[in-house]
Amino acid sequence: MTATGIAAEERREGLRRWLRRRGRERDPFAGAGDRSIISTSERRRGSVRGSLVAVHVFLTAGLVVAGLGPILWLAKSAVSTTQDTISHPFQLWPSGIDWANLAAAWNDVEISKYFLNTLVVAAGAWFFQLLVATTAGYALSVLQPKYAPILNGMVLATLFIPAVVLLVPLYLTVVHPPLLGEDATLLNNYLAVWLPMAANAFNILLVKRFFDSLPREVFEAAKTDGAGPFRLFWSVVLPMSKPILGVISVFAIIAAWKDYLWPMLVLPDPAVQPLSVRLPAIQSQTELDVFLAALAIATIIPIAMFLVFQSVFLRSAGLGGAVKG
Amino acid sequence: MTVMEQSPPALAAPEAPAVPPKPRRRRTPATWVRGGGLSTLVFLLPMLVVFLFFSWSPIVQSLVMSLQKTNFIVTEWVGLDNYVAVLADPLLGRAVLNTVSFALLALLLGFPLPLFMAVLMSEVKRGKGFYSALAYLPVVVPPVVAVLLWKFFYSADADGVFNSVLGWVGIPPQPWIQSAVQAMPSLVLEATWAAAGGSIIIYLAALLAVPPELYDAAEVDGAGIWRKVWHVTLPSLRGILFIMLILQIIATAQVFLEPFLFTGGGPNNATVTILLFIYNKAFRNSLGGDFGEATALSVMLAIFLGLLSWLYFRLTNRWSTS
Repeated sequence: MTATGIAAEERREGLRRWLRRRGRERDPFAGAGDRSIISTSERRRGSVRGSLVAVHVFLTAGLVVAGLGPILWLAKSAVSTTQDTISHPFQLWPSGIDWANLAAAWNDVEISKYFLNTLVVAAGAWFFQLLVATTAGYALSVLQPKYAPILNGMVLATLFIPAVVLLVPLYLTVVHPPLLGEDATLLNNYLAVWLPMAANAFNILLVKRFFDSLPREVFEAAKTDGAGPFRLFWSVVLPMSKPILGVISVFAIIAAWKDYLWPMLVLPDPAVQPLSVRLPAIQSQTELDVFLAALAIATIIPIAMFLVFQSVFLRSAGLGGAVKG
Repeated sequence: MTVMEQSPPALAAPEAPAVPPKPRRRRTPATWVRGGGLSTLVFLLPMLVVFLFFSWSPIVQSLVMSLQKTNFIVTEWVGLDNYVAVLADPLLGRAVLNTVSFALLALLLGFPLPLFMAVLMSEVKRGKGFYSALAYLPVVVPPVVAVLLWKFFYSADADGVFNSVLGWVGIPPQPWIQSAVQAMPSLVLEATWAAAGGSIIIYLAALLAVPPELYDAAEVDGAGIWRKVWHVTLPSLRGILFIMLILQIIATAQVFLEPFLFTGGGPNNATVTILLFIYNKAFRNSLGGDFGEATALSVMLAIFLGLLSWLYFRLTNRWSTS
């Protein structure tokens, strides 16, 4: 067998072992057959069974009213007249469906423009966060230069500094960026939103921990095959990292979609502002039905993303609470 | 790591017997590049640039600025004057009290509710995915949209959305965010609605990690359902409950969006929070705010929150390895 053959076999074995290790972790949403508080025998008792039915009813009613209710209400009001919404907020069926609201919001209030700005903000934030997190994670976890622990510590330290302390100095950095000359400014430039978002220590920590868990055998095999650091990064490490890249992507896009205070500060020109900044500003000059239609439009993409990538969202939510790589 | 660091000595090995062994291998820029030092630096470059300009230097700058006074033409060192001035501001006490009351109300309402829902959801056999999706839905709604929508719900008219609901059960219309007394609880209600789903998902995952043997053992000892909840489930969740407590305090201490968009700090300063106070100091005046005082207060808040984050980090590291 040739050297490359052995290397390939090693790589496959490494990958198999790694997949087995991952498979053993319990998946919180697979609904494994393991028991919970109430035992199987208790479930057979009449009183317990009755209570569980009550729990079902309570959960369905409560979660539909609290979770789905406001969104359904918004969807209905987006196509109702102002008159209907104000005088009969709980009318189940509006007196007439007013599709014109959506068109008015999209065209006359220029929601289309701000929607596009939001997409640009989210896309750029996604790109820069992935770029910084993957390259830094790769250098710190796989290449491991001698000074890696120092950098690691400096990145980790920023986790303890809340964003609020940076507000004013970061704003001044954007107004007069260093090294770019006297008149340069990043105000009204999307880089002012993208780059600070990319300086995200949590992302780097997540990616680094994930890369740490990848099997070293595979890297060694790839190096034996003659792969340099760039080849190793692009053709071996990144393709093995799709799960964590998905998590980072969801975090990045949702954070960019939600952000309000920072874009409001550094994008003062309405022409470049995203929806989140623009919506409160247009409220006073917009008729209620059109405004509610605008709110509905701003909600569609995040909800659609959630419905499509539900498992990624719910898994990321678990990650956000307890930093477990 | 091993291969890269071993390869230069391996190449040097054949000539080693010929020349007398050198005490130390000479490190020149060329060997550094060949050893992969340059490509490592290329990979680190994006991180170094964004962290240097948008994280590390602003952190240092905020410490410096808190000790300076500037009108953008002349900047002078004023020692701790900014700290003294901001601590003497009569509105600061109000802002701190408001933030504490927001945090306490949020704990009272937002802490037990997700836990209760998660325990119920973990006990049903079917529909768990459906329930989690429903519970998480409000988290997905963009916060600005949620606040603007709830602002309409909080209309003080008798026909307002929430007042209509109260009307069905015979309660008179409430002023909600227009009254100094009810404004803060109203903000907390919306914030809890917006955040509860995330906590529910975290508790659901934590409930799955409770070792089933503990329940079996409790049953052998004759424990019923309630005693199992009290003596097995809750003690097993102690770690994550404490973590969530710290996380919630960190988040509520920085609350900005709700007071800013719902009430702008009113009525009568009843909802001015610390972050809103900082924002007003620095940015409310378009001619240039008091950046020195704003950063001085930011630094004090950051020290408090930094200690909490450090505690959080220590705890998660301990609990994730056990």
